[in-house]
Amino acid sequence: MNQQTAMKPDVDLKTGRPRQRRMPPEANIFLVLIGIALVFEILGWVFIGQSFLMNKQRLTIMILQVSVIGIISVGVTQVIITGGIDLSSGSVVGMTAMISASFAQASTWPRALYPGLTDLPFFIPIGVGILIGLLAGFINGQLIARTKIPPFIATLGMMVTARGISKWYTKGQPVSGLTEQFTFIGTGIWPVVVFLVVALIFHIALRYTRYGKFTYAIGANVQAARVSGINIENHLVKVYAIAGMLAGLAGVVTAARAQTAQAGMGVMYELDAIAAAVIGGTSLAGGAGRITGTVIGTVILGVMTSGFTFLRVDAYYQEIIKGMIIVAAVVADVYRQKKRAKK
Amino acid sequence: MVSPATMAAVRKSGAVPNSEYLLTAEGIRKEFPGVLALDDVSFRLKRGSVHALMGENGAGKSTLMKILAGIYQPDKGRVQLKGHDIRLNSPLDALENGIAMIHQELNLMAYMTVAENIWIRREPLNRFGLVDHAEMRRRTEALFDRLNIAIDPEIQVKELSVANRQMVEIAKAVSYESDVLIMDEPTSALTEREVDHLFRIIRDLRAEGIGIVYITHKMNELFEIADEFSVFRDGRYIGTHASTDVTRDDIIRMMVGREITQMFPKEEVPLGEVLLSVRNLSLDGVFRDVSFDVRAGEILGVAGLVGSGRSNVAETLFGVTPASSGTIEIDGKPVRIDSPTTAIRNRMAFLTEDRKDTGCLLILDVLENMQLAVLQDRFVRNGFVEENRLAVECEEMCRKLRVKTPSLGERVENLSGGNQQKVLIGRWMLTNPKILILDEPTRGIDVGAKAEIHRLVTEMARNGVAVIMISSEMPEVLGMSDRIMVMHEGRVTGFLDRAEATQVKVMDLASR
Repeated sequence: MNQQTAMKPDVDLKTGRPRQRRMPPEANIFLVLIGIALVFEILGWVFIGQSFLMNKQRLTIMILQVSVIGIISVGVTQVIITGGIDLSSGSVVGMTAMISASFAQASTWPRALYPGLTDLPFFIPIGVGILIGLLAGFINGQLIARTKIPPFIATLGMMVTARGISKWYTKGQPVSGLTEQFTFIGTGIWPVVVFLVVALIFHIALRYTRYGKFTYAIGANVQAARVSGINIENHLVKVYAIAGMLAGLAGVVTAARAQTAQAGMGVMYELDAIAAAVIGGTSLAGGAGRITGTVIGTVILGVMTSGFTFLRVDAYYQEIIKGMIIVAAVVADVYRQKKRAKK
Repeated sequence: MVSPATMAAVRKSGAVPNSEYLLTAEGIRKEFPGVLALDDVSFRLKRGSVHALMGENGAGKSTLMKILAGIYQPDKGRVQLKGHDIRLNSPLDALENGIAMIHQELNLMAYMTVAENIWIRREPLNRFGLVDHAEMRRRTEALFDRLNIAIDPEIQVKELSVANRQMVEIAKAVSYESDVLIMDEPTSALTEREVDHLFRIIRDLRAEGIGIVYITHKMNELFEIADEFSVFRDGRYIGTHASTDVTRDDIIRMMVGREITQMFPKEEVPLGEVLLSVRNLSLDGVFRDVSFDVRAGEILGVAGLVGSGRSNVAETLFGVTPASSGTIEIDGKPVRIDSPTTAIRNRMAFLTEDRKDTGCLLILDVLENMQLAVLQDRFVRNGFVEENRLAVECEEMCRKLRVKTPSLGERVENLSGGNQQKVLIGRWMLTNPKILILDEPTRGIDVGAKAEIHRLVTEMARNGVAVIMISSEMPEVLGMSDRIMVMHEGRVTGFLDRAEATQVKVMDLASR
């Protein structure tokens, strides 16, 4: 073996710019998305006699209905990259939807929860929702970082507790009569905008900031990260708090979109969010995953739901097929990684 | 004289079992993508003997061993067990043919009992088809009696020391009535007393006629336990000799194919001021009253047996396990180091003992591995990583350290051990440390990479870095250090200057 390095520089030494690294891993998932969409397109022509994709309204609804899942999933992806899991996000959506809505009621509504606190400017209920979510995530993070209990257990506890709080908050009554300036955030294309802005922010944060580098490092090897001077505990608290904050934001959007809040909002969202992340290539073992993949994973979930509805597939079958597709996506990914490792 | 063709035909027919040899492999070839791991390699294991495999990392001994244990299948060549051709398609296949391997990373289930581990898949059943624990215990005790092992069969494996786990693995192998036992560096984590016990067991097994394939890097073990040894180099078989016939130098010559001259490029460097001063450092229950100074440009070697507390001192210095008492002064100023973050802020660096466990981010790439520590205080503007500037710097570092990698984007798990170690050294060199702590910097890497790492350490010392180097390899400690601190059971037992230090003196202090 020669001692000389035979190295293709990864960086263009003249400009200092990194050269294009190999194809991004999202490319595969994107192809899967296209494939699924095309299958629905063909089935559409065969069985329904119309196009699946050439329908602007359908495409809008498709993205709209998964944008809340998408917002959560951006946070969940970061948690999974550290090697953890967050089961509480769906319940946090319900809890923050209820609490933020209670600060968004109009004075014209006869049964306002806080009659003295009606017609508040929109940023107060939104801020409250986000803060409550942040607090829930902060508690998750503290539990995991300080007591060293597994993330599965800590967030399972929060999942049950937050759901309980959302029911207790109004003794099961819905919170309605929300102001227009609050519900505005749930109208039209706004939920999609919120989702994409959140995704963009955290895509940049994960790829280009120290926060992101440390998140991956912790997931790849927590001991090595510790010895390299990363304060693991503080960082985990940050990641879980961000995930909680995003679930809080998702709760706000959910309440605004429905123009009411109910204690049962967000049930099972955590699982859809985890599914979106995993379909998007985030490894449950930690250390790998990207927001772009998660966005594509979220859209895949949306395409599947819309597609089945479009084909008038019975809702029962929809769930059965969805479950199988999620598992198939992950199996395919594991298989692909094995093949790559062999090369 | 019988012609080779006739011999081959006779052997093939299986009519004449070759009774002298238990296990033979001939003309073995194994290719991995891009690497010819074994090229026409032969190996013969005699009944009732210990046969050591020697060679640098990458010489092919691991590959051969894995072929014999059924983990890999050869592309070419034949394996015979007691004169019969066998083809092993899996480790289980090998086990059922009487070939058992004891892996370096022990493969026991921590939360199951010793007995359950040994009899897994073969649990004795009662007439209801349920596991008969009493019978299982009885069998385990009988097995342990035979091997002179004193371990409670009902205890969970996680409670056992590494040495005892190894005993359990050996017992498990013996319980399969194996004729051949393959041991991969079995003593690498054992204390001297445990090694003695292991060797006693090996000798007993040998007396029973079992053949043992023994892989080691430690020359003295070869002379102590092996009857024969085979040397491999770059995937080729070099030769087999009786271990009484040769000297240490002969073996080294066979292994490297060249004389090692500049193995330890130690330079005399004028020593500067005391950079690090440690007084009465203690960690409850682990080590106590450790005091020493290190000067700029000095290499302080730390010797001692495994379990003497060497690595614990390093971890405490670096804040991984903060001290329970004692003082640390850097540049004459007292500092409190309660986390690796503060250690790095005080311009310390720590290359940990276990590359895979506490060093590499295996699934991430070279750049991501290298940048980790330096991101604490440099190359970050408003939270954003200055990736371009950093990439240029890492590129430069890779060139300087001669890291063999296709690019900075290569996953670290695809690099060899020596290159992984260099990437980790690069991680710390980027932080520009004043105090460098190295824990087993060259463990498990080949001779060439070893020499390069020694060169780098020397260079850093020349630039005024204070180096603390923990090593289990006596020649390394003796060759590289200005001074040697020896530890035994959590205490410092003495210091030796470069001029007076000898292997005997170090060992004397280490076992005091």
